[in-house]
Amino acid sequence: MRRFVVKLARTLLVALLAMPLAAAASESVKLDRMPADVDPHDPVSLQRGAQVFVNYCMGCHSAAYMRYNRLQDLGLGEQQIRDNLIFTGAKVGELMKIGMDSKDSKEWFGVAPPDLSVIARSRSSTSGSGADWLYTYLRGFYRDPSRPTGWNNTVFPNVGMPHALWQLQGEQVLKTEVVAMPRGSKGEVEKHEMQRLVLQKPGAMKPAEYDRLVTDLVNFLAYVGEPSAQQRTRLGIYVLMFLGVLFVLAYALKQEFWKDVH
Amino acid sequence: MAAAEKQPVTITCAGPLNGVLSGVLTWADQRFPLMSLWRDHLAEYYAPKNFNFWYYFGSLAMLVLVLQIATGIFLVMHYKPDAALAFASVEYIMRDVPGGWLIRYMHSTGASAFFIVVYLHMFRGLMYGSYRKPRELIWIFGMLIYLSLMAEAFFGYLLPWGQMSYWGAQVIVNLFDALPIIGPDLSLWIRGDYVVSDATLNRFFSFHVIAIPLVLLGLVAAHIMALHEVGSNNPDGVEIKKVTDPKTGHPVDGIPFHPYYTVKDTLGAVVFAIVFCVIMFFMPELGGYFLEYNNFIPADPLKTPAHIAPVWYFTPYYSILRATTEDFMWVLGLALVAYSALLAGTLRIQAARVAVAAIAAVLLAGFFTIDPKVWGVVLMGAATLIFFLLPWLDQSPVKSIRYKGTLCRSALAVFVIVFLILGYYGTQPVTTGGTLISQVCTLLYFAFFLLMPWYTRMDKTTPEPERVTG
Amino acid sequence: MADNELDHGKRRFLIAATGVAGGVAGVATAVPFVASMLPSERAKAAGAPVEADISNLAPGEMTRVEWRGKPVWIVRRTKEMLESVNQSDTKVADPRSERKKELTPEYARNEFRSIKPEYLVVVGICTHLGCSPVDKFKAQPEAFEADWKGGFYCPCHGSLFDLAGRVYKNKPAPDNLEVPPHKYLSDTRLVIGEDSKEA
Repeated sequence: MRRFVVKLARTLLVALLAMPLAAAASESVKLDRMPADVDPHDPVSLQRGAQVFVNYCMGCHSAAYMRYNRLQDLGLGEQQIRDNLIFTGAKVGELMKIGMDSKDSKEWFGVAPPDLSVIARSRSSTSGSGADWLYTYLRGFYRDPSRPTGWNNTVFPNVGMPHALWQLQGEQVLKTEVVAMPRGSKGEVEKHEMQRLVLQKPGAMKPAEYDRLVTDLVNFLAYVGEPSAQQRTRLGIYVLMFLGVLFVLAYALKQEFWKDVH
Repeated sequence: MAAAEKQPVTITCAGPLNGVLSGVLTWADQRFPLMSLWRDHLAEYYAPKNFNFWYYFGSLAMLVLVLQIATGIFLVMHYKPDAALAFASVEYIMRDVPGGWLIRYMHSTGASAFFIVVYLHMFRGLMYGSYRKPRELIWIFGMLIYLSLMAEAFFGYLLPWGQMSYWGAQVIVNLFDALPIIGPDLSLWIRGDYVVSDATLNRFFSFHVIAIPLVLLGLVAAHIMALHEVGSNNPDGVEIKKVTDPKTGHPVDGIPFHPYYTVKDTLGAVVFAIVFCVIMFFMPELGGYFLEYNNFIPADPLKTPAHIAPVWYFTPYYSILRATTEDFMWVLGLALVAYSALLAGTLRIQAARVAVAAIAAVLLAGFFTIDPKVWGVVLMGAATLIFFLLPWLDQSPVKSIRYKGTLCRSALAVFVIVFLILGYYGTQPVTTGGTLISQVCTLLYFAFFLLMPWYTRMDKTTPEPERVTG
Repeated sequence: MADNELDHGKRRFLIAATGVAGGVAGVATAVPFVASMLPSERAKAAGAPVEADISNLAPGEMTRVEWRGKPVWIVRRTKEMLESVNQSDTKVADPRSERKKELTPEYARNEFRSIKPEYLVVVGICTHLGCSPVDKFKAQPEAFEADWKGGFYCPCHGSLFDLAGRVYKNKPAPDNLEVPPHKYLSDTRLVIGEDSKEA
């Protein structure tokens, strides 16, 4: 009898685990992965990302749930934040808001540029983390004369935002190529249409430099999405270690008392 | 040897402090039934000694309830139930309030944990026949708790005011639209506006933080009082009160809840806390199941996200709702005819047969005259409410799955698998294949309940033992 | 039971150990809850130090700035006003601000209760029950004090303060007006809410 219960529980567990952890839509877009060699908590990368963010993004996008002085998490002093990161005249304890009126911007771009405080969290999906999406997005702009801004994007088709970093990256175009792929064992060939981004006009940065810049910026956006994330995992380890001790005690206590019963 | 003959070790400390303490206790006990409450519900509440793994989830549900209330109280101190401020106030809690992120994650993880624990608790009841006589009321109170919990979760999910909050509420409230005649006015009344809006947010906030929690607490008290009146069931499904020690009058197979089950449940709570903390500290979103990614986008009444799905604990019922298409009504009609023929064939009284035929005819007419959308809502509602009938549907001579035969065991296994499949497809976008599978599962879901009187009678059971088996 | 003796000690130890560890867990869990009621980052930002420009403040005049939701008075005292402070030494309860050290920072614990005698910086909240006193700078006989040398008068319960914010004897208010932490950025710019030792 008991074996049946155990078996049933095991079957259920297997069924649960076999279910792909897939809540969101099955987006078919393939995302590039964030480079694994850069530590998402590396202060140098985060500081550079913050610099890029305030210089290139904050013209149009706010991070209105974030306070400037929170950036002390990145190893910066209040004075450094004031001198290097605040261009809006805000005080160091204030939120990272911008002056642009969302009504105006809606007129200019069709949609108001979204606040970027939690963008990295909202862009997570089954295809990859929010950071992966942003990394692909910021490297996926290409020239498209049919768009009012002259720009389009591989992961965000018909995006309203022009390529803010084009002077750094240069101009890409989307090339469609027919690729022959071997199929089966008899040397048959199947033709696939593949789209590929090609750098047409180089920018101020070499592609590797630009990728690194985007990595830093995305690291920063991921940090801004949940500034307490690092504290969360650090605290979690201590809590679990403590619960481990508590488990040993509670187990011994239960065993001791249940000697009476068995 | 039998446990009841041993006395639990009590801790006594000598000294004047002990005297003062017992003095205070005596003083209080003369004015409040302190000691008798302690005795009746803990020290001398005799629980079967053979509780297994599945019996942890009742006390764990209580633990999560306390956690949700405690974290909720502190979240309300900072949250703003205002459509213009709600989203930002949640991020304010996550960033600006000291320790706020931890309290919020406890609450969001706790919401899902609550349903996990409650589903496992209900499964235990299904497995060991805990709903059978004399525990029908415990089961009914439990089901009412489950329904309140769903209401609580639904109202609470609007509060972060993200895209999923908004569109989830929009879709669910519009279900009431489907009801004939009163539908449109009813959904308007629920929202207090033509769309989900600030007015809706405010009333949902009120329901979430005070109305439903009060109901929940009352029901939990009733659930436990009913349980302690008749005594706990156990994995063997035998009544321990039948065999008592002639000297003490206590059940031979019972042990005092305190200290034996208090120490055991403490261990269970610690293990639960470990699992809970692993999720909360290292994957609070749990792949989009506990915190949906789209809910990090502020609610936008003009733009529905590409794919919306309720939170995982509602998805089995959501699948049933979506499975009810126009074509499916034919299958349902066929099933209805077959079922009423079966029912009429079993019934002996002529009047009852006529009544069955009449009800079936009315329903059948309804299937093809009223919009399938309505029937989807009805089926979804029926899927939750049908649990209430379990005590009377189960006609098996034994309670526990241990002594039931292959038929009952397979039925339960199929039901659980069907429930999980429905739950899975409820999280996915609609596909033809998915809908077909959901439809098959919907039929099986209802068959589990509606055919129960027959298969539990046909089932080959083995006799229950006189006493519990270790 | 033969093993009862053994059980006792072990059980007592395990109950105590688990109880203590569980208690520690409970206290640790309470920490974020208690902490969440402390001022948030928003409240701290709103309570951040404020700057005051005193270049336009004429002798004998007062200006008010708001710091943490409280009025802070800045008075530019004339020679006569400083003289009146000298004269009221015998009338005030705590002339050297020695009673409650937290109300007067080290650098203002002098007769004039200020960094520069010319400028008085005090929180304009009566130490009695929190009303804001009114300024009565002119030395003239008043209904509340025949020999009035100028200072502040609290309309709620009649407490009197001299031009250094020192409370008069025998009045409801127990203490001198609070001098907030402050420092001079330049001769005409003042920061309230921040000491020079912190910067």
